[in-house]
Amino acid sequence: MEFVLETKNINKYFEKPVKFHVLKDISFGIKKGEFASIMGKSGSGKSTLLYILSTMDTDYTGELYLNNELITGQKHNKLSQIRNKNIGFVFQFHYLLSEFSVLENVMLPAKKLAEKSLAEIEHDAMEKLRMLDIEKLAHQRASRISGGEKQRVAIARALINNPAILMGDEPTGNLDSHNSENVFSIFKRLKEEEGLSLLIVTHDEDFAKRTDRIIQMEDGRILD
Amino acid sequence: MINWRVILNIAKTHLLTKMKSTVTASLGVTFGIGAYITLISFMTGLNEMLDSLILNQTPHIHIYNEIEPSDKQPIALYQEFEDAFNVVNSIKPKQSQKKIHNGLPILNYLKKDKKVYGATPQLRAQIFYLSGSIELGGNLVGVDIMEEARLSNIGDYIVEGTPQDLKNSENGILLGAGLAKKMSLKEGDRVQVSTIKGDVFPLKIVGIYQSGIADIDNIQSYANLKTVQRILGEAQNYVTDINVKLYDINEATAMASSLGKQFQVKATSINEANAQFETGSNIRNLITYAVSITLLIVAGFGIYNILNMLIYEKMKDIAILKATGFSGNDVQLIFMSQAMIIGALGGILGLIVGFVLSKLIDNVAFQTEALPTITTYPINYNIWYYVIGFSFALISTFVAGWLPSNKARRIDPVRIIRGT
Repeated sequence: MEFVLETKNINKYFEKPVKFHVLKDISFGIKKGEFASIMGKSGSGKSTLLYILSTMDTDYTGELYLNNELITGQKHNKLSQIRNKNIGFVFQFHYLLSEFSVLENVMLPAKKLAEKSLAEIEHDAMEKLRMLDIEKLAHQRASRISGGEKQRVAIARALINNPAILMGDEPTGNLDSHNSENVFSIFKRLKEEEGLSLLIVTHDEDFAKRTDRIIQMEDGRILD
Repeated sequence: MINWRVILNIAKTHLLTKMKSTVTASLGVTFGIGAYITLISFMTGLNEMLDSLILNQTPHIHIYNEIEPSDKQPIALYQEFEDAFNVVNSIKPKQSQKKIHNGLPILNYLKKDKKVYGATPQLRAQIFYLSGSIELGGNLVGVDIMEEARLSNIGDYIVEGTPQDLKNSENGILLGAGLAKKMSLKEGDRVQVSTIKGDVFPLKIVGIYQSGIADIDNIQSYANLKTVQRILGEAQNYVTDINVKLYDINEATAMASSLGKQFQVKATSINEANAQFETGSNIRNLITYAVSITLLIVAGFGIYNILNMLIYEKMKDIAILKATGFSGNDVQLIFMSQAMIIGALGGILGLIVGFVLSKLIDNVAFQTEALPTITTYPINYNIWYYVIGFSFALISTFVAGWLPSNKARRIDPVRIIRGT
């Protein structure tokens, strides 16, 4: 099966405070429609790897492919476009723009992409919110809703441009068990119904066990 | 690809939710520009008034006969002393008359010249004003008063009576205001003047002349040219000065020198006569600009400070924007457009404030004995000051916004996201 995301021999060093080899020869791939999770202790380099995969961190050696296209070495503006169109990202701390309404938060990446008209974007955004069961919050200010709701809004925002892959940096790390469960079932549904590929960094073993594949990391290496 | 609508929308939301900072920053610009407009309108208005005070009394070209020693002393004509080193002690001015030789033909010549707006003859006479047993020294200027009123703004300085009154009276005088005060005379009274030779003439005061310059008002009066010629016992072709007004003041210097050579008279242009006034106005303008630019720079620092703070507050937002696909340039444009909106709003408001303040100053009563024609403070409404003010508002906010927004462009989203 085809890889949606693939890495070849990725190495990364931290220069400060002392030179430190964070990632050592990382080579793996995520297949289309696969729901993978990365586990590992703190400092094993899993978040660092995720930021490289998300194209936000460009300071590494090795090669990164997205949809079989080489991403490594592209210009920053081009990377922004790739991120905008192909990668949805969910953070641990939901990170919405607090001054904007929920709907505007969800619409923003699509407006940036500017492939659709404003009316279409709004329609899509409402669709995503409905799918995540939060359409009634659409016109609330993002700062006025609860933590679990914020995380669902963040997921809706990550999905607005129908990305090739959804990445999460401990998206349930800051949520109670009920909301964690909720987020997990949303991910599961997205995979099954929409065929979305997911790559989630997590500390939560129960969460990881229910994914298709667990990638274990230790000391900057992937354990098989 | 730049999506302006999205960028401006984000900028607008930032500005609206941070209303206090936005208003403070805009007011900084408003204050700077408003003060600049007020200051420059007032200062240049004042400059123009002071300049015109002097310049309007100065003809573009002044033709007269200078009393001076001969360039060539008689000894130079002797061939015997040709190679000698001649020393002449106690050189006296050349014996000549004060009147302009061929005054009336020169006047006619000038009146036919296409570059000349008008030329008037004058006769300046040294006289004494008699008040009982007291003699006050002074000048009496014989003029063609109607022509004078057409070419200069002498009419503005006749505070009592009119030019017409003088023209219609055979032996009328426009008495200097300082003289009138000293001798306790008023319009309708009679004053006796005596020539240097000792002849006494009574003249009727038909008006009071007040230039605003005390040194002139204390000694100078005006009368008809014919009256003064009669007092001096001179013929009708006796004139000591010719004042010329040109259509284009810039031709004054060139024309003065050619007239001087052509008629062998002394001809000075307004530029030579008033060089020091130009220097004065230049320096005053320089000071005005220095103060205004200082104000605008202070306003610029205010904007820099507020944008800097805004960007620190918005670090997380910047990281999210970058993570969701906005490029560094997009982020910079968001903050630059905020700066420019602040600059434009503050600038426009500043122009309005400046205009209103100028209007206010324009209507404040300002009466001084020295300036009879001025009733309120002078203001110069020049559209260019408004254009310059607004451009400066935009430029200073651009510079003030550039540094912080450039920082926002380079913010690394990973560091902020990990930092929490």
